[in-house]
Amino acid sequence: MNIEQLDFYTQAILSMAALVGLTSFLMLGQGRLLRLIFVFALQGFLLTLTTALAAYSLDNPHLYISAVLTLVLKVIFIPWMLRKEVLRMKMHRDNEALENNTFVMLGGASLMVFSYYVLHPIVQSSSVVMLNALAVSLSVMLLGMLLMISHRQAIAHVVGFMSIENGLFFAAIVATNGMPMVVELGVAFDVLVAAVLFGIFFLHIRSSIDSLDVDMLNRLHEVDK
Amino acid sequence: MGDQLMNWLIAILQTMLFVALSPLLAGWLKCCKCRLQNRKAPSIFQTYRDLLKLTHKQPVVSDQASWLFVLAPYIIFSATVLAATVVPLITVDLPTSASADVIVLVGFFAFARFFLALAGLDIGTAFGGMGSSREMTISSLAEPAMLMAIFTLTMTASTTNLSFAIAHVLNEGLVLRPSFVFALSALILVAVAETGRIPVDNPATHLELTMIHEAMILEYSGRHLALIEWASQLKLMLYGVLIANIFFPWGIAETFSLQDLAYGLLAIIGKLALLAFFLAIAETFVAKMRLFRVQEYLSFAYLLGLLGMLSHIILEASR
Amino acid sequence: MIAAYLVLLIPLVGILYFALSGHKTDTGKLNIKFNGMCLLATIWLAVNVLNQGTILSSGKFFLIDPFNVYLIVLTAFVGFTTSIFSSPYMAHEKEVGKLSDQRLKLYYSMFQGFMLAMYLVLTTNNMGIMWVAMEGATLATVLLVSLYRTPESIEAAWKYFILCGVGIAQALFGTILLYYAAVQIGDGENALLWSVLYENADKLNPEILEIAFVFLLIGYGTKIGLVPLHNWLPDAHSEGPTPMSAVLSGLLLNDALYAVVRNKMLVDDATDSNMAGYLMMGFGLLSFLVAAVLLHRQKDIKRLFSYSSIEHMGLMTFAFGIGGPLATFAALLHMTVHSLTKSAIFVTVGHAAQLAGTQKIDQIRGLIKTQPRIGWGLLIGTIAIAGFPPFGVFTSEFLVLLATMHSYPWLAPFLLLGIGIAFAGLFRHIQPMVYGNKPEGQQAIKANLWPVIIHLALVLWLGLAIPGFLANWFSQATLLISGSTPL
Repeated sequence: MNIEQLDFYTQAILSMAALVGLTSFLMLGQGRLLRLIFVFALQGFLLTLTTALAAYSLDNPHLYISAVLTLVLKVIFIPWMLRKEVLRMKMHRDNEALENNTFVMLGGASLMVFSYYVLHPIVQSSSVVMLNALAVSLSVMLLGMLLMISHRQAIAHVVGFMSIENGLFFAAIVATNGMPMVVELGVAFDVLVAAVLFGIFFLHIRSSIDSLDVDMLNRLHEVDK
Repeated sequence: MGDQLMNWLIAILQTMLFVALSPLLAGWLKCCKCRLQNRKAPSIFQTYRDLLKLTHKQPVVSDQASWLFVLAPYIIFSATVLAATVVPLITVDLPTSASADVIVLVGFFAFARFFLALAGLDIGTAFGGMGSSREMTISSLAEPAMLMAIFTLTMTASTTNLSFAIAHVLNEGLVLRPSFVFALSALILVAVAETGRIPVDNPATHLELTMIHEAMILEYSGRHLALIEWASQLKLMLYGVLIANIFFPWGIAETFSLQDLAYGLLAIIGKLALLAFFLAIAETFVAKMRLFRVQEYLSFAYLLGLLGMLSHIILEASR
Repeated sequence: MIAAYLVLLIPLVGILYFALSGHKTDTGKLNIKFNGMCLLATIWLAVNVLNQGTILSSGKFFLIDPFNVYLIVLTAFVGFTTSIFSSPYMAHEKEVGKLSDQRLKLYYSMFQGFMLAMYLVLTTNNMGIMWVAMEGATLATVLLVSLYRTPESIEAAWKYFILCGVGIAQALFGTILLYYAAVQIGDGENALLWSVLYENADKLNPEILEIAFVFLLIGYGTKIGLVPLHNWLPDAHSEGPTPMSAVLSGLLLNDALYAVVRNKMLVDDATDSNMAGYLMMGFGLLSFLVAAVLLHRQKDIKRLFSYSSIEHMGLMTFAFGIGGPLATFAALLHMTVHSLTKSAIFVTVGHAAQLAGTQKIDQIRGLIKTQPRIGWGLLIGTIAIAGFPPFGVFTSEFLVLLATMHSYPWLAPFLLLGIGIAFAGLFRHIQPMVYGNKPEGQQAIKANLWPVIIHLALVLWLGLAIPGFLANWFSQATLLISGSTPL
């Protein structure tokens, strides 16, 4: 089925999926923390748009609540908190030298291919659009993990963690038009608590190792040396 | 027969319009930028006066210069004008744009650039050589990105002919294509790099460390300089028209009735004015980047182009 | 149904009470009372379920069937005995200046928070809420792991947070896929209810469910501590306060496994293949063997026993993976005896570490000579967990072995090998700790070993003879999971 035969909502969803995927790649290659946080907020904003769009086209008012929650949590609160932390640690001018950036990018691309591969059986029972949306959200999750592996700053880890949540959220909106309301509220609550906990953790890590570089967290080993 | 003649007339008219309007666009851009930066703006017709002034002056040519140096401005200008004939400005389906496709367009640009770089080298000054080498570096990175973005379009429309492609997009109505979003972003980035705007090059400076385009034409004066300046204004407009008409073709004339043509003209003027306004805003906010970061910028543009192509294949193709 | 609400309400009140009122000397005692009341409520609930069968609450929000009610009682019981242990233990930690009143307040309210999350995982009928509660359990315990605020404990907590958070995100993706499969056949708002899903399981799309299960297994498997997703587990267990290690090992891992088994039931009904079972068997056996080998290389006593937890969780996952009634019965029994034994061991380990003033195996010596009760407790606990008769762990491991011989005889040598390696690994470390001369100046401490005695006595009882009502209970749960009874 060609894209011009799809309705406008589906076209918009596909475009959003593409853009959300792009923001994940942008985050992956980003060495500066403030820009990383900005791109993360952008991704959150795209999610908000997607949710609002879904709420409007499917006439599903409870999705508006999700959209507002996303806006408040992922676009305003968490980026604000992280930004404050970066400024407080005076890390806004640091440019983390990303090792093996090319390999990380190629790895990201192969993760995207992998997502399509994993989810391909879904095509048999549903549309190609669904495959695309789910594959993009899975790859956003995997790219979030890759972000956590390739960056050393704790703040980048939090961004990766939250972008994994973004991927999940996108899947929930696009594939199933949102989870049941209780679940969605529960997940939002968990994200909020996680964000607050991360804030507390920054405080603790800073006071114990005087840096937010997670490479310094290296005292515990699988087998004692 | 009469129809044929009429078509050719309109094509020539459109090209002349292109050539005539391009300084106006540059003037408008300058004007916007001045306003945004809280300076007093010159009249938007100042660019015409500048060109006129330059043509009255006697060109000074170095005694080291070969014939190439004198010939280059004419070649550059005519190649750019030829490029302008290919791009539909106010109407589609013209004989000129039917005879050459988008790859020829890129070829015209490359041709003009080749002679510009040669002319920069010809005198043997340090700046000229430096500018030429930088220009070629950038263009070698920008060209693949541009082609990639344009191929995305041509794959969608199943033709490499710009005129038909625009007609295809126009007839399809409002379709939100992920690939176009990427291709548009890629093309904008490439356009900024190719026309020598901030953050890749700064047209308003003659600071030796950073200039690219200005370094190559440093030795030109008089009518030669006027031609080169005009060609670069034309190039800016060409890119603007490409972006405006490919991705937002609404308003362009599909028949040759006077009314449609007038609407087409109004539409393109509006779109270009808006685009130039956005460019001015971007130039005001963004700082020029170091030369060594330009390759990052352009490889990002290429990535976007590639993503556009991929998302066309993955997200939009029929199955 | 009131009992179920009570089970959730009591810890909720506990959280609020402990969080709002300051820390007093009797907070530990109060914590015991809260957990005791909860235990009573769960027993009431269990009696109801045993008499009436499966209970579904009116809003379909809670579902109590024989499978989860037994875990609820186990949770409440281990929570109760651990709170008995934790009261003097935490008081001692405060005396030696490791903790402040503020931290104790956090500790007690999060203890209740963790219990609430556990009960919610078990009682809820909604697969989404199950995920939310599972994540909630991580969030509640993450600050407890870093309670001492040493660099090591903060590192452990960070790892725990990130790894479990990322891992459990996979489970949410799996849940979303499950929901996606479910909305294709039913109504949206109820589609994630387990009771609805289970009824319509054969209509669910098998392809989607298979993919979903992979994600669910990876996600909840991180929490179970399956190799290679286990890295957080020894760190979190060794750096947190010991009562936390006891409940993490005894409860959290079980509940994660519970979530996997619930999902496996759906997948088994939806697909014809035994793909879920094979995956669980593979991961389970891998964890079992790797953890058994790693036991030998440990130098920290709490890490030692956390690897033992990984080993046993691997065994249970393996047994649930085999699937038949015998294996399922064995897995349920193993879940119970492992929880009881492991929490008892952590209690003694906590005391032993307080006694020696360190967690380093090299420096813990002569426990029997210093304080015989602790020494013997540790020794007997280790004997029990290593699978010696006549303890319950022996029975359940024997049953798993039997089931394996029956279905996959070629895997039995691996199991025997793993049990042997683990046994050697445990005893080479434990033997010098309990025997030998006591170091200079090592003094007996105030210890409450009642939880250990009760737990080990129960495990012994289960090893000698499984009481009739319990056997009946297990076979009802087995019937539910595997579709037939072993007896």
